[in-house]
Amino acid sequence: MSQTLVELRQVSKFYRDGIGIKQVVRDCTLDIERGKLTVVIGPSGCGKSTLTRLIAGFERPTSGTLMSEGRPITGPHKDRLVLFQESALFPWMTTEQNVLYGPAARGEATPQAMQLAGSLIDRVGLTAFRRKYPTQLSGGMQRRAELARALVNNPKLMILDEPFRGLDAMTKSLMQEYFSGLFQEMQATVLFVTTDIDEAIFLADRLIIMTNAPTRVRKVINVDIPHPRKLADIVENDSANDVKIRALSILHEEAMRSFGGSAKASADFVQAYAARIGRTDSMTPGNPAP
Amino acid sequence: MEMVASGAIGREDSRLAMIRRRLALSLRSPAPYLALLGFALFLGFWHLAVEVWQLPRFRAMPSLGAVVGDWISRDPIYGLSLFTPEYYAHIWASLRRVLLAFALATALGVPLGMAFGWSPAFRRYVFPLFEILRPIPALAWVPLAIVMFHGTESSVRFITFLPAFFATALNTMLGVSSIDESYLRAARCLGASRWQTFRHVVVPGAMPFIFTGLQISIGVAWFSLVAGEMLAGEFGLGYVIYTGYTLVTYPTIVIGMVTLGLVGYVSSAIIRLVGRRLMQWHARNLGIEG
Ligand SMILES: Nc1ncnc2c1ncn2[C@@H]1O[C@H](COP(=O)(O)OP(=O)(O)OP(=O)(O)O)[C@@H](O)[C@H]1O
Ligand SMILES: [Mg+2]
Repeated sequence: MSQTLVELRQVSKFYRDGIGIKQVVRDCTLDIERGKLTVVIGPSGCGKSTLTRLIAGFERPTSGTLMSEGRPITGPHKDRLVLFQESALFPWMTTEQNVLYGPAARGEATPQAMQLAGSLIDRVGLTAFRRKYPTQLSGGMQRRAELARALVNNPKLMILDEPFRGLDAMTKSLMQEYFSGLFQEMQATVLFVTTDIDEAIFLADRLIIMTNAPTRVRKVINVDIPHPRKLADIVENDSANDVKIRALSILHEEAMRSFGGSAKASADFVQAYAARIGRTDSMTPGNPAP
Repeated sequence: MEMVASGAIGREDSRLAMIRRRLALSLRSPAPYLALLGFALFLGFWHLAVEVWQLPRFRAMPSLGAVVGDWISRDPIYGLSLFTPEYYAHIWASLRRVLLAFALATALGVPLGMAFGWSPAFRRYVFPLFEILRPIPALAWVPLAIVMFHGTESSVRFITFLPAFFATALNTMLGVSSIDESYLRAARCLGASRWQTFRHVVVPGAMPFIFTGLQISIGVAWFSLVAGEMLAGEFGLGYVIYTGYTLVTYPTIVIGMVTLGLVGYVSSAIIRLVGRRLMQWHARNLGIEG
């Protein structure tokens, strides 16, 4: 079995907008490796969600190829499930019905599937909320319920597009530790999209940094911090801080480019930031440096 | 303090205790007293304006005493009271027409609205025509309806049906198009067929709008029913009101009006209740927010 699950080769995507045609993805080539958590980070609006829609199969590329296990991606499939930015639990179904929806729709609601659903609901800590409707769950619970709804289908790839955007800081850090542990334990293949560098480094096995729109891969960094990770430890971890400085300098360059700024300003920013990291002892995980 | 205690019992002792608790709660809130006060003020003004002060425009009106006296009399002066079978015959005649028209409007309006919302092609063909016909007031159809149906009964039913049908179809369409794209995408991703997506996502997702439509529908049904009965009826509450006018039996007019108000209120309350029953997820949603 090949190490690569999904591969993108020279993928480009154009959109028609009001005035003309706009390129959002340009010649993007990347691999998603089995059993690893790949984090995609890039400036806001660079085209990350577009990339996830292409990989999920909701949209077709304008040019280039996307392959999953060596076969071209032609449409959505239960093998590649997405947790989108916005919650998509069916409000008219209970947690249990939501989680079982995939197997039920495909006529696969076997006793084993039901059992798996039950144990996943337990695993994401929603046992007491099995018969509640989504609006009765908190934001963090909804995310976990949605995750269980995806995992019950045994997807080969889980795609998460900024799943913690909009959660409060406390819930967010709890969810990050929780997801990191869960995916580690399941040996799942995950593509995780974020704009938050601390979140990216905390979760990633591989960190893919994207350029500004039209986006493509700017740099791939392997993050070799052993699991299980703790948010509190990451702050003090030298290799994490090293990755962070490298990533930030690239991200900052990309951001400056879109504002028409210079490379000099970018260098100054990173230097100032590195100086700050030298004094990390006073930093807390919930309150990272700007 | 008592409320806390009765709350604890309510949890243990299920239904009856809960109803009792709700009753106690609602008696504690000012709402029922204010409502009673509103009624009392209105009736008091009516009585004073007609019989005591004899205000210019009110002098010729039937007095509160005359109306209530006749309404609850075993031997009513003007022939219609709670104790005469004709009273119920009229209510039944109107109710039957409304229910028939409402049922037909629902049976045709919901599927049409679904089709509008679900199929853009269908909408492009039919919706413009629909939008031209919809603003024509039901009363404008009366002459054509009489010509078309040769009899009064069918034409009254027809003009009762028409606006109810338009309200139902329009709201159902809005309901279908209000459904968030992400639910459809989630269903597709999880392996639901088009038909399953329709049944499990489109129908329940549009339900709140459909029920809003049904509330409007029964309201406009009563509205045009009375207009129809006044012009072309031989029975019914609209007919009672109109003959009360031509025969100068004014208390009968008011008895007819009040009865209409009560029957109309009850019919839309029933729809609201059914809606709440069917959409517990939605009621809870509102309950949490409210
Ligand atoms: N269907 C579409 N039609 C036209 N333009 C689109 C479409 N989808 C995305 N875009 C444009 O493509 C660009 C990238 O959008 P995308 O949502 O992929 O970015 P993103 O990196 O996910 O942003 P964010 O960080 O805000 O989530 C944006 O400028 C957006 O306006
Ligand atoms: Mg996005």
